[in-house]
Amino acid sequence: MTSSQLFVAFWTIVTKEVRRFTRIWGQTLLPPAITMTLYFIIFGNLIGSRIGEMGGFNYMEYIVPGLIMMSVITNSYGNVVSSFYSTKFQRNIEELLVSPIPHWVILCGYVIGGVSRGLAVGFIVTLLSLFFTDLQISNIAITVSIVFLTAVLFSLGGFINAVFANSFDDISIVPTFILTPLTYLGGVFYSISLLPDFWQGVSMLNPILYMVNTFRYGILGVSDINVGFAYSMILLFIVILFSVSLHLLKSGKGIRS
Amino acid sequence: MLQPLNEDRVAHTMLTPANQDQFMTTALSINNLRKVYGNGFEALKGISLQVEEGDFFALLGPNGAGKSTTLGIVSSLVNKTEGSVSVFGHDLERELSKAKMCLGVVPQEFNFNMFEKVIDIVLTQAGYYGIPLKVARERAEFYLRKLGLWEKRNERARMLSGGMKRRLMIARALIHNPRLLILDEPTAGVDIELRRSMWDFLQEINAAGTTIILTTHYLEEAESLCRNIAIIDHGTIVQDTSMRELLAQLNTETFILDITPAQQQAPQLKGYRSELVDDHTLVVEVEREQGMNAIFQALEAQDIQVSSMRNKANRLEELFVSLVEQNLEQEKA
Ligand SMILES: Nc1ncnc2c1ncn2[C@@H]1O[C@H](COP(=O)(O)OP(=O)(O)O)[C@@H](O)[C@H]1O
Ligand SMILES: [Mg+2]
Repeated sequence: MTSSQLFVAFWTIVTKEVRRFTRIWGQTLLPPAITMTLYFIIFGNLIGSRIGEMGGFNYMEYIVPGLIMMSVITNSYGNVVSSFYSTKFQRNIEELLVSPIPHWVILCGYVIGGVSRGLAVGFIVTLLSLFFTDLQISNIAITVSIVFLTAVLFSLGGFINAVFANSFDDISIVPTFILTPLTYLGGVFYSISLLPDFWQGVSMLNPILYMVNTFRYGILGVSDINVGFAYSMILLFIVILFSVSLHLLKSGKGIRS
Repeated sequence: MLQPLNEDRVAHTMLTPANQDQFMTTALSINNLRKVYGNGFEALKGISLQVEEGDFFALLGPNGAGKSTTLGIVSSLVNKTEGSVSVFGHDLERELSKAKMCLGVVPQEFNFNMFEKVIDIVLTQAGYYGIPLKVARERAEFYLRKLGLWEKRNERARMLSGGMKRRLMIARALIHNPRLLILDEPTAGVDIELRRSMWDFLQEINAAGTTIILTTHYLEEAESLCRNIAIIDHGTIVQDTSMRELLAQLNTETFILDITPAQQQAPQLKGYRSELVDDHTLVVEVEREQGMNAIFQALEAQDIQVSSMRNKANRLEELFVSLVEQNLEQEKA
């Protein structure tokens, strides 16, 4: 295929993905908006006012970046895992298999589809947060790039999950048992400097901690961790997960008998 | 040929000058194709098949013979175990993308997203082939109109009837104007009237130059429409010939005679095998050399009138059954 044909094919997948999550907005865009508003009210307003400061900011300001990041992570992952799994399940994956689209274009299409939902929800949550606090972005380049890279990384994760999934149960196991705990323990609600040394060390093994903190650094200018190190880690993980996904597509795992 | 010369075609032409014609016109070439599924089942035992450009080709076989497996490998939906496949000279291993551009696929099972609109399904498929939206819209309208789906273009796919879903898959398969269209049981679940119009449509695009390969259970239709035929059974090709030659293998033909007056027992017909089905219906098997005059004379002599007569339909069916039985016996031996 020529490069313009490749682009048409890529863009087709992206628009199909966007059409899907906007068509079912009641399942994709609305729930995080409601959940996050509740978080803002309960943790930010009601409880936050008693907590006082966290890392030099009032509690609401401190948790908003974490909650935005949490929505981006769950939604980019959730979009790809459920979309690609139902594509397998309904067999319309065959539309892709018979066509001449290279595997890397399929993968990029689904990933950018997931990123789109991640960013769309992130944007909605950001808008909602403005009702509760003033957001001043200290470093726009870091803020935007870290959200984008995180969305890419978790879209890839969702893709791999979908490849291995054989039932609708399989697509909720990883989010429930791995993603959610890691996010809650990833410094969304607290600064790890509050933890004893041992648990600080353990927290440093949690990749989500790096993303949440880098994003918070982009907005507030404070971080528990080294931002350069966070970028290298995320990029490394993206490369690894991209290669794994590509390899799975090539082998036809879960797709071709 | 109006096809622009591309590099690999030139290369092939230079490599095989004597064979040029043959190269240019083989739509599908399958060589020693084997498939062993993950559970160890050998669904294809090394089949070979050539289909020439412009052909209307039938792949026939009982359930589980390996038809869908064969078409699945050709359309990249199933991984092969051994052997090679090429579409218009493009080997699936070396020039997969070019081969796919020449190929349209209508699978046996509905495989579109039931929640999408008809028009979106077709346009999305066009996009997968890199066709710009403007061109895609024109083609989508053309094929959806042709297949009687234009009025339904904004309906969700799950709202369509079975026959419409099938036609949607045909429109989708044609959106990149493939030179070879393969259809797996296209008339399954389609009622008689729609089936006929589907056949008309396929004949029309075949006459316009599209090579067609299909599998079907409706042998009668295959008999009247397809020029060439292969019969597959238990993963082997048991017959690969033209429809005409295949039918010529039939040594006997069966006729159904409506007779008056009512008969209690079968009339005497020397030299013919016959059976009285009911008091007005006589079935007679006629060997190729026998002719039929003697039948009428014998009946006349017994004061029996033949009020009407017809050829027993599904001649192919009989042949098919006998071929499959032969194959079964050979396998046992
Ligand atoms: N995924 C699979 N795993 C194992 N066996 C299969 C699979 N798909 C088909 N088969 C077997 O392979 C044989 C051929 O199947 P198929 O090609 O679908 O036949 P047909 O289309 O001629 O009815 C059947 O016996 C079928 O049970
Ligand atoms: Mg079949």
